[in-house]
Amino acid sequence: MSATSRRDRVGNATAAIGYEEPLVFERSRPGRSGYSLPALDVPAVDPAACLGAAALREGIPGLPELSEIDVVRHFTRLSTWNAAVDLGLYPLGSCTMKYNPKLNERVARLPGFAQAHPLQPEALAQGFLELCFELERHLAEVIGMDRVTLQPAAGAQGELAGVMMIRAYHEERRERRTRVLVPDSAHGTNPASAALNGYEIVPVPSGGDGLLHAEAVAAAMADDVAALMITNPSTLGLFEEEIAAICEVVHARGGLVYGDGANLNALLGIARPGDLGIDVMHLNLHKTFSTPHGGGGPGSGPVGVKDALAPFLPTPVVRRSLGGGFRLERELPRSIGRLHANFGNVGMLVRAFAYLRSLGPDGLRRCAEMAVLNANYLLARLRGAWHVPYDRIVMHECVLSDRRLADTGVTTLDVAKRLIDYGYHPPTVYFPLIVPGALMIEPTESESLEGLDRFAEALLAIAAEAREDPELVRSAPHHTRRSRLDETRAARQPVLRWQPPE
Amino acid sequence: MRYIPHTEEDVARMLDAIGVDSVEALFAPVPAKLRLRRPLEVPPALSEQELFAELSALAARNAHTGTHEWFLGAGTYAHFTPAAVDALVSRAEFTTSYTPYQPEISQGTLQAIFEWQTMITGLTGLEVANASLYDGASAAAEAALMAMRTTRRSRVVVSAGLHPHYREVVRTYLAGLGAEVVVAPLGPDGRTAPLAAQIDAATACVLVQQPAFLGCIEDLPAAAEAAHAHDARLVVVVNEALSLALLRAPGDQGADIACGEAQSFGVPMGLGGPHLGFLATRQRFVRQLPGRLVGETVDTEGRRGFVLTLSTREQHIRRERATSNICTNQGLCLLMATVYLSLLGPVGLRRLAEQNLARAEYAKARVRATPGLSLPLAAPTFNEFAVRVPDSGAAALERARERGIVGGLDLERFAPELGPAVLVCTTELARREAIDGLVAALAGRAA
Amino acid sequence: MAEYDIPEDLSYSREDEWARAAGTRVVIGVTDYAQKQLGDIVYVELPAIGTTLHQGDVFGVIESVKAVSDLYSPVSGEVVEINAELARRPETINEDCYGDGWMIALAVEDPAEVDDLLDAAAYAKHVEDRGE
Repeated sequence: MSATSRRDRVGNATAAIGYEEPLVFERSRPGRSGYSLPALDVPAVDPAACLGAAALREGIPGLPELSEIDVVRHFTRLSTWNAAVDLGLYPLGSCTMKYNPKLNERVARLPGFAQAHPLQPEALAQGFLELCFELERHLAEVIGMDRVTLQPAAGAQGELAGVMMIRAYHEERRERRTRVLVPDSAHGTNPASAALNGYEIVPVPSGGDGLLHAEAVAAAMADDVAALMITNPSTLGLFEEEIAAICEVVHARGGLVYGDGANLNALLGIARPGDLGIDVMHLNLHKTFSTPHGGGGPGSGPVGVKDALAPFLPTPVVRRSLGGGFRLERELPRSIGRLHANFGNVGMLVRAFAYLRSLGPDGLRRCAEMAVLNANYLLARLRGAWHVPYDRIVMHECVLSDRRLADTGVTTLDVAKRLIDYGYHPPTVYFPLIVPGALMIEPTESESLEGLDRFAEALLAIAAEAREDPELVRSAPHHTRRSRLDETRAARQPVLRWQPPE
Repeated sequence: MRYIPHTEEDVARMLDAIGVDSVEALFAPVPAKLRLRRPLEVPPALSEQELFAELSALAARNAHTGTHEWFLGAGTYAHFTPAAVDALVSRAEFTTSYTPYQPEISQGTLQAIFEWQTMITGLTGLEVANASLYDGASAAAEAALMAMRTTRRSRVVVSAGLHPHYREVVRTYLAGLGAEVVVAPLGPDGRTAPLAAQIDAATACVLVQQPAFLGCIEDLPAAAEAAHAHDARLVVVVNEALSLALLRAPGDQGADIACGEAQSFGVPMGLGGPHLGFLATRQRFVRQLPGRLVGETVDTEGRRGFVLTLSTREQHIRRERATSNICTNQGLCLLMATVYLSLLGPVGLRRLAEQNLARAEYAKARVRATPGLSLPLAAPTFNEFAVRVPDSGAAALERARERGIVGGLDLERFAPELGPAVLVCTTELARREAIDGLVAALAGRAA
Repeated sequence: MAEYDIPEDLSYSREDEWARAAGTRVVIGVTDYAQKQLGDIVYVELPAIGTTLHQGDVFGVIESVKAVSDLYSPVSGEVVEINAELARRPETINEDCYGDGWMIALAVEDPAEVDDLLDAAAYAKHVEDRGE
């Protein structure tokens, strides 16, 4: 299988429908409506009489007037321009784009979850409180922590909470610690979360083998360091073999270890971050626990902690009530406070709970095993044609670079765009920063053997195309609704909203 | 397991290609002493049928708008969502797509976000809006941080009219940055008391909620004047987004930043999340905006398209100097709201808001006419207002529950200064009969 | 290095800024290597006139589509002029980084500070050392 000619169309990461659909405002026609309101069974009021004319607005710019069918066609057409997990593989490293089970969607829509209110009386919310209590317990068991909060709305907010708890811990001990160690392979949220807590970031270099070494951490560790933030497996897909020693180095000088749980999928049932010495970590339910990515959210970022940090957990927490049942505890004087108006993204908690209960202990472990098998299989198929900067057994993801293409003028970016012509969303590119021209590939356990073979063959074909017909690769994608977009223009002359033509 | 396709034969072939004997061999890099040597202690897997039954049972133990009449608002609003919203949002290409980093294959998501950004600027009367934040509370916190960055000041004044949970979240976010958070009190009519005395040259911003937590409509021009007298920013925080359809836009009343919660626009109450934080501001602050932004551009053929832009503000590039650490936002909820606003349009949304107001005015009239009940706050309101009850909020709400009504929020914990009181919200779901029943129950009378 | 333009008559910092001294007035910009590394420049943030800078201070920020970088002052002095054209056309830096793409001009107290900087040959080596 190959696609050496521009005319060949092997696949397309988006559906084949090619409507030119304008903006919703450009479809608007005065007088059209897509709503129906119930009859008013109370007296109508004149808003100006109630509120005063000065308090009222005249019209609402920026909203279109459309019939229901206009709206349905508009957004249905827009949807056909997207790639999606339900259409094909998304091998994005550290994103864990696994299958999003439909059962989870159905249960999240049960009215007892979807149409219930966060502040309704606890006696009328026992199903919700029990689900949270159970989910906290199960997640704590999976990651080897003592306690879990479900409140953070995403991984980054979980990180923020984790670093806040670390800060609270040291403040309570009256220890002045102003710095946080972050490996050079870390995701950008790590230093951002530390900075939001007023910490100075100290980068720690990885070794030539791509791993973090206890020696390097020891050299950076000091009595004014609050914590080390570490991702394990790392963003190179490698298990940090010295993790236990690294944690000891940090602990010995009174610091704590924060674990970024983005790559937890590789460890389910295999090893538990809490057992490795991690003191606090976040999970990404939209990664490891199958909740859908929704075009950029919503996610959910629960945080697990060891007992030493439990007093600082966000408020409120779910407790068992004396008479049976569950209640919310708000008297938490040492808590870091609240991060979310209510309990976080409960809809995603429900989905994750259903997922966990669908897999059970054997299923969870099977996820890790097959995810790791898949990544190593891809590496075995690709290492001949592609440069592998750290060529060893990997966990759930592998990293390639474009080094072997250097003389062709074809870059990682071009390869990514050409993969689209083969029907794939590209892998993560140019991350981690320590690998120039990186392609970070995470197939997840959802992908079948034949699916992996097709993907590998596409990458092998593109490597060949880079030699034989580099221009074909550099001008990709060829079959999408839009070709490469001018990001420079978008940043130099930002147009961030539609305005009616004058 | 139906989510994992591998057969034993598949596994064998793959191990062979890799050159190892067993799947266990692939975990060799994990030191033996760190391995978990037992199965995880979580319940065994359930079939779809069994799990659905179990989760249905859990859900059935929660009250919801299908089991009770609903008058509880306080930051999360029970509105009716047209069927088209869920039908469209449930499409796999929206639900199971990723952040639109590859614009050529994400034009659906990107265009929808551009449409949302446009709608929010129209509703708020401002010039640029981002592609959502987690919720209204974190949006308020991010707005405060933004004001601190643009003014290089660290004192933040927060009206007591801000939702109590929002105030807590703002404090939590600002705690690590040496910021000072000061609460400006309410006056006797329920609106924020005059702010001039609260604001000084060290003040970065003033946060005022519109309408306030207890329902009162604030005097935003006065707040703007007080803030701008010291070059501080006015941040208007919204809980009930539907109010934007009726009330004068924050941007037209001096707001520098408008932010808050857009859950009212077609996002399920969902026990508090996922919801939909929004943030809008003036063009000159665009580079200080947290979160994602979608911009218009052209492709190599000159065709209009959309991309994520001004990304250098964000964590994945700017790292510790980022405007925020936010990565994932509330993408699918943004789509729900964009669809909802497209269906309602400017006329529908306005009429819906007027219905909400009419029901609230009717309820307030019934309260005034009922012995034992009163309206403790004189300021005008939109669809939410405080009601003083004869005995206690808890007892009054219990009486309502006995009639199948979730009557509102007991204000004992949130506003004890009002005495025994309840916060009541009347949306378009509140039928006249239900309002009559609620009023009678709160007063302790037969209907 | 054939790949990057490094004029002989300028001085350079290790942070990829150049300096052109004329008596006590020093004009500063970023080098050809810097603008190529950054890619299409989309935005530049420059200090206010009258700002006092010490050698090594961050005086602004330069943004491209995919990267952002601090700008470090190679010498100490007071900002007496900034290139207002860059607000309108940041791409000027890509087109002519040593000429029309200049960024700020400082009035320096100690012109000898320029001697601490790298000459063209030393800077060329610095660029080469960082290549892969």
